[in-house]
Amino acid sequence: MHPALLGVFTIAIGVVGCVSYFYLSNVFLDKVLFPASGPKAGRNINMANQIRPWLFLFPAFFALTLYLAYPVFETLRLSLTDRLPGNRYEFVGLDNYRQMFAETKFWESMRNNMLWLLVVPAASTGFGLLAAQLTDRIKWGNIAKSLIFMPMAISLVGAAVIWKLVYDTRPIEQDQIGVLNALYIFFGGDAPITWLTLPFWNNFFLMAVLIWIQTGFAMVILSAALRGIPEETIEASIIDGAGPFQVFFKIKVPQIKNTIVVVWTTITIAVLKVFDIVFAMTNGQWETQVLANYMFDKLFRANDWGMGSASAMIIMLLVTPILVWNVRNARNEMR
Amino acid sequence: MDNIAGQKSTLTWAVHLSVLALVALWLFPTVGLFVSSFRTTDQIVTGGWWKSLFPSEQNLTIRADSPENQIEVGGLFVIEGELFDADQEFEVLVWGVSSRAIDAYVPGETGELSKGGTVTVSTEGHYRLENTEPFKGSRGQRIFATAVTPPEFTFNNYKTVLFTGATSESMGSAFLNTLTVTIPATIIPILVAAFAAYALAWMDFPGRALLIAIVVGLLVVPLQLALIPLLKLHLAIGIGKGYLGVWMAHTGFGLPLAIYLLRNYMVGLPKDIIENARVDGATDFQIFVKLILPLSFPALASFAIFQFLWTWNDLLVAKVFLIDATGQTTVMTNRIVEMLGTRGGNWEILATAAFVSISVPLIVFFALQKYLVRGLLAGSVK
Repeated sequence: MHPALLGVFTIAIGVVGCVSYFYLSNVFLDKVLFPASGPKAGRNINMANQIRPWLFLFPAFFALTLYLAYPVFETLRLSLTDRLPGNRYEFVGLDNYRQMFAETKFWESMRNNMLWLLVVPAASTGFGLLAAQLTDRIKWGNIAKSLIFMPMAISLVGAAVIWKLVYDTRPIEQDQIGVLNALYIFFGGDAPITWLTLPFWNNFFLMAVLIWIQTGFAMVILSAALRGIPEETIEASIIDGAGPFQVFFKIKVPQIKNTIVVVWTTITIAVLKVFDIVFAMTNGQWETQVLANYMFDKLFRANDWGMGSASAMIIMLLVTPILVWNVRNARNEMR
Repeated sequence: MDNIAGQKSTLTWAVHLSVLALVALWLFPTVGLFVSSFRTTDQIVTGGWWKSLFPSEQNLTIRADSPENQIEVGGLFVIEGELFDADQEFEVLVWGVSSRAIDAYVPGETGELSKGGTVTVSTEGHYRLENTEPFKGSRGQRIFATAVTPPEFTFNNYKTVLFTGATSESMGSAFLNTLTVTIPATIIPILVAAFAAYALAWMDFPGRALLIAIVVGLLVVPLQLALIPLLKLHLAIGIGKGYLGVWMAHTGFGLPLAIYLLRNYMVGLPKDIIENARVDGATDFQIFVKLILPLSFPALASFAIFQFLWTWNDLLVAKVFLIDATGQTTVMTNRIVEMLGTRGGNWEILATAAFVSISVPLIVFFALQKYLVRGLLAGSVK
């Protein structure tokens, strides 16, 4: 069957299946299992109402358990085992981790990931805050915002292509078609530079891509927060003689501190998972490896599930503080 | 509001200019790719795309026809021809016959050849070599010309990439594959999540707070962890790599955000309506279908856009769960990555392929930005 047809078919089955599951299970509950009539009608209605939430929740939580919760534990288990021929697994304790810690490529990924974690959230939040503050004051601010926000819709792979053109290098005797080298030559550079193979600094050229994408996100959220600041606090500070920079840094920023933290952590998570950019632009060569790509490498090129799982667990470990913090915040809000 | 802040007009100007600079900086890379996708191979390698918007000057070295093709006209030996192809709209500014003096003559002038004879070149690129003796040698005379080309754009790249190119590089089939992945992977999680979100928002049962906490926790679980166990599971239960697997994976990965967004929205719906409906004897199922779903449309739209953008732009999930050894089911992002490897220098193909893939998200983005922003705000600021 043609895949597109299969797709239509799946949508139909999915939608009809979902609706009929919910409808029929409700009917079954109300009419067959606990009918709201007869001698025990009252008790039956109560029973039905206690069970109904679980009917509503079941498909979603079944999928969540199978596709997100179970894998966390399974990955943990796999990271402690080696795959043997014939679909057998052998428990090897921490061997995979030991092996991984002995690899220079792993420590390179860790160093790069730390660099990404330091630079990308800071730069995106900074630019986002700047853009939010500046665009809030001008008439065409909304157009400017939507243009800065636009990269958000572009795939990381598309962004990688876009930026590869920016970093393109041609032999010295030809015209440069990458804007960075064209500028470099224009301002007196001697020879074009292959930016993406420049050890250490190439990491920053890759980071630029993610910063370019995430700034729009930061801007949208922070701009909403800036608008939520009570006008009186700003007016009061101006009457007290604060300049525009003082108003911004001493009055506005402290009031949106929580939002800044939320934006920062959200971008941090995006950074920890960054894969496509590195995969498409350098594939971890020239000392640009990051954990997510290292993991993919172990998984599909080296075909080593044990070490792949071990590196995935490292990513999980780095995410865990944010996870705990998020859950605690959510619980506090519900009280 | 500008005036209560008591700003000086110079500061306002500075704000306008910095926003302009910021927007230009953010737009420049994308525009570069967009413009490049309408240029020919020759144009791309001869100069940066920013020059393509203006007429460009090029220094060309062209060989005239070889002496074998000379003709004798009334005692004069003549070699005649065109410097440019008929479809090239070049205009000669200056020309020369020696690499040391490439700007020796203007069009219409007659130049002396070092080995004897004369040559003239017209503005349109017509040349005529004349000599009283036969031209010798086997190679044609070199002519150096500085020519101007008008800005020129072509749709040929799109034609090649979408329809006529090699099958292994066709974006047409990859486009359909991406669409096939995206639509079910967007619709199915919405339905499943909406019911769960309603239960978490408006039904009372023990353990509700715990379940919400679980959803919030799962929101940030990196999907890298899910790759191996799920691939193992899919292989074990016989789904293998294919559309079914990728639909299920996307559904699973999209659910936490879907439930979280929808629940947050549904909690904010007015309580009176729902209580009234209950008092009037509506069942939960009726309340959900007739009241909650229509009222939650903005949240549903927000999530649908997120999920659409995310599945359309995804590379990792497709690579792990969909694309098998035959490569029949490759999606656009994967095809572009392959092209980056095999045709790293062919910018006209790369740029066009990338633009085909990002055009749909861009349209969705600009058309439905309102919902996207609303969803972002609901999703992160609470």
